[in-house]
Formats: sequence, C-alpha cells, structure tokens
Amino acid sequence: MHFDLSKPQKLLQESARTFFKRECPLTRVRELMETGNGFDETLWTHMVDQGWTGLMLPEKYEGLELSIVELAALAEEMGRACTPSPFLATTWASVLIAESENTPIQTKYLKAIAEGSCMATVALQDAESGWNPNLVATTLQPTDNGFKLTGEKWYVLDAATADVLLVVAKKRDQLAIALIPRNREGISIESTPSIDETRKFSQVKFNEVTVSSEDLIAVGGQADKALQRSMHVGTIAVCADLIGSMQWMLETTVEYAKTRKQFGVPIGSFQAVQHQCADMLLLLESSRSATYYAAWALSEDDPASERAVSMAKAYCSDSGREIGNRACQVLGGIGFTWEHDLQLYYKRAKGDELLFGDATFHREELAKQILND
Amino acid sequence: MDLKLTEEEQKFREDFRTWLKENLPKEPLTGRSEDDPNYWNQLRGWQKKLAEGGWAGVSWPDEFGGRGATPIEEALYLEELAVCDAPERAGVIGEGLVGPTIIAEGSQKQKEFFLPRILDGTDIWCQGFSEPDSGSDVASLSTKAVLDGEHYVVNGQKIWTSFAHMADWCLLLVRTDPNAPKHKGISCLLVDMKSEGLSVRPLRQMSGDAGFNEMFFSDVRVPATNLLGQLNEGWKITITALMNERANLGSGLYVGFKKTLNELIERSKTIRRNGSPATKDPINRQKIAQAYLELEILKLNSNRALSQITNNATPGPEGSILKLYWSEFNQRLVQSAMEILGEQAQLKDFDQGKWIYRYLRSRGNTIEAGTSEIQRNIIAQRVLGLPRSY
Repeated sequence: MHFDLSKPQKLLQESARTFFKRECPLTRVRELMETGNGFDETLWTHMVDQGWTGLMLPEKYEGLELSIVELAALAEEMGRACTPSPFLATTWASVLIAESENTPIQTKYLKAIAEGSCMATVALQDAESGWNPNLVATTLQPTDNGFKLTGEKWYVLDAATADVLLVVAKKRDQLAIALIPRNREGISIESTPSIDETRKFSQVKFNEVTVSSEDLIAVGGQADKALQRSMHVGTIAVCADLIGSMQWMLETTVEYAKTRKQFGVPIGSFQAVQHQCADMLLLLESSRSATYYAAWALSEDDPASERAVSMAKAYCSDSGREIGNRACQVLGGIGFTWEHDLQLYYKRAKGDELLFGDATFHREELAKQILND
Repeated sequence: MDLKLTEEEQKFREDFRTWLKENLPKEPLTGRSEDDPNYWNQLRGWQKKLAEGGWAGVSWPDEFGGRGATPIEEALYLEELAVCDAPERAGVIGEGLVGPTIIAEGSQKQKEFFLPRILDGTDIWCQGFSEPDSGSDVASLSTKAVLDGEHYVVNGQKIWTSFAHMADWCLLLVRTDPNAPKHKGISCLLVDMKSEGLSVRPLRQMSGDAGFNEMFFSDVRVPATNLLGQLNEGWKITITALMNERANLGSGLYVGFKKTLNELIERSKTIRRNGSPATKDPINRQKIAQAYLELEILKLNSNRALSQITNNATPGPEGSILKLYWSEFNQRLVQSAMEILGEQAQLKDFDQGKWIYRYLRSRGNTIEAGTSEIQRNIIAQRVLGLPRSY
C-alpha cells in the first residue's frame, strides 16, 4: 500500500504550483475578480499548452490520458492559488462528453477541448432541482424534426465564455444531455455574481431552442451514467480545490501566529491560538485523506467509489468553511479586511462548499446507501 | 498512489487468517475482565498460543522473536484480531510499548530475560508514568529513586496505571537527579511488581470497571541492573515509548468502532421515533452518515500514516493527530447513538447496558494516553512549529 502521490504526481503538482505563482499571482486574481467573465486568455492559453485541458482525455484526442488522481493533484494547486479560469467547467463537460459513448461528438469536440479551441460547460441545475438530476424540469419537447428545449438553468459555470453548453433536460421521463452552441437562437445568458468572485455563474434561459437528435449526446441510462461519472470527477476536483484553499489558509494563519506579537510574545505561543491551528491541520489532513482515497477509488472503478465521493465532499465542505472561520479569527482585524487575501480563499471555500452539493446533501446520499432505503 | 495491499501484505494477512481459523479459542473467555485471576490466566494462555504460532510481537525484529512486520502489516494483524473478536492480548503493553523500548535501549541481559517473557505471556506489564501531581506534565514527576549500593530505593506514588493489579512488571519513571532541570533528571526502571514495599489499589471508573489503579512505593528496592538505558536519560525513552503508543492506536480501534456503528444502524432501524423507524428521521440520517464518514476517514488517516511510516521512518508527532481524531470521534459517535436511540438507551436493561457503558467509557478517551489539549499542543508546536509557552 502506498497512500501518497507518486513521484510523477508530485512533480506535476509542484510544477503547477510554480506555474500559478508565476502566471496568476493574487494581484492578478483580484483583477480578474473585477471582470464580468473572469477570463484571462493568456493564462488559459498557457494552461492549454501544459496539456491540462486534456489531462484525463484519451491520447487519440490529444489528451494526456492521466487519471483523476493527477486531476486532484492539479486542482489542489488551482485552489491554493485561487485561480479564476474555466478549467472546472471545461473539465466537467469534457468528461461528460468522454463518458457519453457518442463517437461523432467525441471526435468533434474532445480534441478541440484538449487543444484549447473549444471551451465548454454543463448546465445542470434548474431553479429548484438542486444537485439531483432527477429533479430537473427543463424539457425537450418533440417536434417534427427534432426538439424544442425550454427551461431555466442556474449556477452555470463560465457560461459567458463557453463555446458550447451541455444541457441536462428531461425527454419525456428520461434524462437527456444536449450539446448546444452558446450562441444558438433562443438562449439568453445573464451573469449572476456570487459570494466567490473567482468563479463566474450565470443564469441561462432556453426559450424553445431548436435541438436536433444529433445534438443529443446521451439519453436515458447512458445519460444517467455519464452524468454521474462526470459529476463524481467534478466533485473530486472541487474537493481538491478546497484542500488547496485550506492549505493556504492554514499556512497563512500559522505564519501570522508566529510573527504577530501581543503582550510581548507571538500570539502563536498562546494555547487558545495553538489549538485553533492544530484543529485546522486535523481538518485539512483528514480532508486530504478522504479526497485522495476517493480519487483513487474512482480511478480504479472501485465499487466503493460512490460512497467515497460523498464522504469526501461532505467532509471537505464542512472543513473548508471551518478552517476559513478559524483563520479569520486568528488573523484578527487584518483578516477581516478587503485588503488581506484571506477574503479570496474564505469566499472560494464557501462557494466550493456548495458546488456539486454541500455536506447535508452528501450525507443524505451516503445515508441512502448505508441504510439501503 | 496505490491503496491496494502488496502481495506480501496480502500473504501476511492470509497466513494470519489461516492460523486464527485453527487456533482462535472456540468459546468466549469466562470471568470478569478486571479483577478475576482466572480470566487473566486464560489471557496468558491465549498470549502463549500466539507466541507459539509466531504471532506475538509481530513488528519486533526476527532476532528478538518477532517477524519484522511493517507498520501496515501490524495494522492488518490488529484488524484481523478485532474482526474475529479475539480475546484481548495480555501482552498488549509489553508488546506495543515496553518491548520496543527494551529493544531500542535495553542491555543484552535485559533483552534476553524480558523479551521472550513478554511474547509468551509469562509477564504482563504496566507503565508507571502519571502521578497525582504529574498528569499532563509528566516530566514534573516526583517519585524518586536513590542509589544505595547495588539497588535503587524507590519512594512515591503513581496513578491511573492500567493493568497494575494484574501486572508482573512495571516500566517505571523515577526522578534520579532532583537538582537537574525536570526533563534531565528522570530515569527509567524495570520494576518487579512483587517487590516488597509496593502496593496497588484499584480505582473504579464512572463506567463501573476498575481497569486502572494507584501504586504506592515505600522503600522499594530495585536492582541497579534494572535501569533501562542511561541514567537521567529517561525522558527521551518516554517520548519514544509514547510515540509508539500513539502510532499503534487506531488500527484495531477502527474495527471496534465499526461494530458499534453497525449495531447502532441495525438497532435504529427497529426503534420507532415519532411513529416511524428512527432511520427515517432526516436528522438521525445526517448523524448516522456523519458518523459513518468520520469513521472511514479515521481509517484512511491511519492507513496514510502507516504507509508514511512504512515507506519512510519512525513514528513522529503526527500520531497525535490520530489520537486526537479517534478519541473525539468516539465521543461524538456514542453521543449520537444515545440521541438516536432515545430514552430507552438510558435503561440498564436495554441491550445489557452496553450503550450506557460505551457512552460513559468514551469520556476517558480524550484524557488517557495524553489529553486532547496535550495532543493539540504537540501538533501546534512540533508539527506546525508554533512557539512553546511552557
């Protein structure tokens, strides 16, 4: 048993850490936060050059064909750097396409995604569906030569910069996934700024949008399966992002506790402060164990992987928030300011907590499996 | 990253399973655990059997009668024992704590005499560390030993000593230089529990058992050859011993907690709350799921630490994270259990009082083997590098 990243995986992680420090320091993150779509074309091109948009895609589509463990190692660094980019959206979408078993669509899009000429996102949530695809109400109405898509999607990541949208909809009582260019008639996109300004959400309205049967990349059981797998991958990417965030918050807090003096001594010599830091480390390392394990289980198609994913997301969601709270407390007044970078991570962790379902959602998912009901 | 067991690890587990199938006592042991000599004789018998099969002191080097098991293999060993409800090991303190310390620090004679006797259950050990005025601050201990000819003369009192009432030997910390700074005047003695002047008084816990004791030393004469390691170097030895203790914990514990959780799940399916099974209640479902995931993460943390130790080095202060985690987890688990099971759980007749027992016993978890506060200090100071304040 070797429960740690391998040497090549560590190398990937270290080079990503250097990359983001150089290509997107926190001063740049702040600039991108202020923009509407948070998109930095130069940064994205360089990320594409690293092969990261095709990290998990097959070699025949110019991908690196690496596993989800490598994805986690990389995503952790994006969390640590608080990087704004359409990476999560595009990765989720690319896995969904890759899992759809639809060869013509794969041929057309996966290479383009790996090479950076196409950005994609997934439109899953209706106003009231939450993260449960079965509650989606957006519908595909049959017409003489295809379908009309009508509905309202919320919390769509990076919709404004995506070239194509993968829309989860109901086709009668089956789930279907439609791949639609963003600029097709009948689609309107409105930015919905959120607590975490490093991620850009939109509300996307579909008003009788024409969809051909070729646009449907998966239907029924195949759609369920592809969607589930892609959501598992996305969930782990977010868990890893949270770990990166937590790591930054812990390091920053400990550094501050060592240097900030009150009553003539570093505040880190007070047990009240030490114990906050110790708890932060416990939460961080436990999150890491849970996430690495889930990533490995998914990469091995282990039957326990579904549970592992929910365990990881439930634990990381709570821990990210908790570590943020403690960091904010130990940093005192300065940590509460706009000027201090904690606010970026604090908000990122809160946003990540909700992405792909919060702790309450995943505990119920887990309960269903444990209790067999 | 590869979480599958290696071929050697699998073989190790298979070999032990096969051995257990043939050698595990068919009937549960009889008698009460804490104070029945007959019960302890059965435990010694089980320990002897383990030793004869080569399954005692598995992590010790071959030359001392062990089988050189890696930390991962040792964890598998503890898991297998727990899975098949094997009797506890009479040698648990001897094998896990005293033996490795003697192997590291002991004289040739000490190794030859003590190690085989630990393995085959001849000697049960206890550890005399805490004192009435020296709990978390163990290094402030005042039980003193003065050299008189070829003996140390020991006077003082120890407390919270598990197994003292049944033990044959004690790994005892004593002050040998009252003028040195507190960490530098401590030595480690190997003391025969039958020594004249040594008396033991059991303490009853809030859960009802009497698992630990007070020990009183009045002019107890200990041969000078029973000094372990160098004079006044006892603190370093203690730290090594305590890290071994913390790194070991966790592996067998998982299986025990898992049983508690599984029993809770089965029980709560049959109990009705507000007109439907307790497991239909969304709050109970959240609690069960939280306990489940925390327990699995306990095991993952433990495996990760074991893998690190196996691939790199000796146990370090990270063991404190495991200790902090499991002790606080168990308290949350049994607290959730009492809440989910409801009013009946307070009755002594309900499931033979085992929920009450678990609930009360768990309070000790965050105190024994180093309080949670001490673990957090260790994590903050030795892992995160925050400045010491005491």
